[in-house]
Amino acid sequence: MSEISVFGEGLKKNYGNTEALRGVSFSVNKGEIFGFIGPDGSGKTTLFRILTTLLLPNSGHAAIDGLDIVKDYRQLREILGYMPGKFSLYHDLTVEENLKFFAGIFKADINQNYHLISDIYDQIAPFSKRRAGKLSGGMKQKLALSCALIHQPRVLILDEPTTGVDAVSRREFWEMLIRLKKLEITILVATPYMDEAILCDRVALMQEGKIMTTDTPERIIESYPLRLFKIKSDRPLQLLKSVRQMQGVKNAEMFGEYIHASTNNEIIGIDEISGFLSKNLNFSFKIEEARPGIEDCFIYFMQKNK
Amino acid sequence: MRTIFYIVQKEFLQIFRNKMMLPIIFVIPVVQLLVLSYAVTFEIKVIKLTITDNDNSVTSRKLLSHFKASSVYQIVESGNGSNAGMNMLQKGNAHQMLVILPGFEKALMLGQPAKIQIVIDAVNGSAAALMNVYTVSIINDFNKEILTEFNPDAGLPVNLTWSFWFNPELDYKTLMVPGILVLLVTIIGMFLSGMNIVREKELGTIEQINVTPIKKHQFIAGKLLPFWIIALFELAFGLLLARLVFDIPILGNIFLIFLVASVYLLVIMGLGVFVSTITHTQQQSMFLSWFILVIFILMSGLFTPVESMPLWARNLNFINPIAYFISIIRMIMLKGSEIQNIIESLLILTVYGVLILSLSVWRYKKTN
Repeated sequence: MSEISVFGEGLKKNYGNTEALRGVSFSVNKGEIFGFIGPDGSGKTTLFRILTTLLLPNSGHAAIDGLDIVKDYRQLREILGYMPGKFSLYHDLTVEENLKFFAGIFKADINQNYHLISDIYDQIAPFSKRRAGKLSGGMKQKLALSCALIHQPRVLILDEPTTGVDAVSRREFWEMLIRLKKLEITILVATPYMDEAILCDRVALMQEGKIMTTDTPERIIESYPLRLFKIKSDRPLQLLKSVRQMQGVKNAEMFGEYIHASTNNEIIGIDEISGFLSKNLNFSFKIEEARPGIEDCFIYFMQKNK
Repeated sequence: MRTIFYIVQKEFLQIFRNKMMLPIIFVIPVVQLLVLSYAVTFEIKVIKLTITDNDNSVTSRKLLSHFKASSVYQIVESGNGSNAGMNMLQKGNAHQMLVILPGFEKALMLGQPAKIQIVIDAVNGSAAALMNVYTVSIINDFNKEILTEFNPDAGLPVNLTWSFWFNPELDYKTLMVPGILVLLVTIIGMFLSGMNIVREKELGTIEQINVTPIKKHQFIAGKLLPFWIIALFELAFGLLLARLVFDIPILGNIFLIFLVASVYLLVIMGLGVFVSTITHTQQQSMFLSWFILVIFILMSGLFTPVESMPLWARNLNFINPIAYFISIIRMIMLKGSEIQNIIESLLILTVYGVLILSLSVWRYKKTN
């Protein structure tokens, strides 16, 4: 059993009558990349704001490296690296000035800690005299990550770091996170992108202020109990309508050009579905059995919880 | 201490990178001093007077010549009849109307009271009061003259002469300029520092700051220090303008002025920070600061003497930092007051500053 770095137990938070978190419990091992996956409004940001001592929970407790988030907030702020969802560095300061400022207030030595960020910062170093506000989305994220890392935090908390960033920069960003693992920094990352879940060591699927399940992405996919088929045609909307009408189909959703249909019945397979569709449709379609992805699992858990 | 230094350094970088900042720092004092001190004046330099002389005698013309000789009065022609004069007043073409009734000279000759009518446009009460004073003093001169003419043996009544202390020429600028200097540091102190913190809230940069080990008092001190320095620099710049351009006397110790200003700035910046801790956007902060400032400025004695305000208003000025500083700076500059003359106000300002800053530090929350 590896050492636990972050844990939360029964965390609840209300904003007036809105329940943002309805009892969240989890634990993250040291040096792990732990993903909180969920749509907007599922409580990821609220949870992160509680963990970063910006918000007090209504009930429950949490600790990071043995430091309580309410009692030991002062020491906690020394060991946390936080990247808020919204770009929160100074637009009117240059890349270099931002880095120096954050190093300064953490009393960190840039030269001494440069190895932590060299991978990332080297990419934006050519623009070190440019104002942060004038950087592209991807470069802003790299700068923000550098500033969050410069004081050698023990835990890095990233709130939707890749939202609004192009696909190439997203991939680069994740490569950097994975490289950070060798520094033994525990990384908590929130993301609405299901494809990023697979890059985490473990994920928690969140929906409406609750964690539906926590496991490695592989095991979550393995545990998918349904059969899944993907169906494609030129007229996807009509196709979707028909698939949903079929008895025994538990769920059908659009996934890009495919429709993913799940069945929980061993009797219903490719032949049954294509037989039903051929009877009802006057255009051609392709169907094959598919391996589920995290998103399919997410939808499964979401419906199970309802 | 080093943390504060990093914040101060960052603030100065941001301040001077802001393209509006330098013009604000250098243009505002010049414009305020030049425009306000020349334009805002209660002196009445020209009184337009319309005259209806129904007596048309030697004596009545003598009275009129007194008015004509005065540099303040400008005689405007109204045509005939008393209605014409009234019309001028109505339209605002004349400020004052003088009507000499028939039989004016005759009454004086007979030693009876002679009557004239004066009508003053009193929309602006204090201006009307001034015009009245001018008129009465001219008529008094005239009275003395005809008294000696008609009865050379009569002695003159008690002769009154006076001189004005501290501002012998009753120059309005001498009164205004020190007050405007106060306005200047107030604006820098309250608006800029207050808006600055709420700006971090609005941009979201405060999120990142709040997760760092910066202590609340370090953050606020680091935020205020740059504007404190800029405001004191403004004051020096303003004093220089006052001395060179307006020739305003600075009788007292100039270091005493800076000592008071340093304390005063703590109060006014504390107010600004307090406003910014209870607001969420620059707009809200601006509105609230403006609301507080307008009340404080109007009650401060800058334009109207505090002494003529009702008692409750004078009591309210106990919490008006601007009133303290305006009265102190006038005392030091114009009367040459020493520290023992102002120590009481200075102590009140000090306590005020400590209170409001502590309140702001307490009210600023890193955790919600």
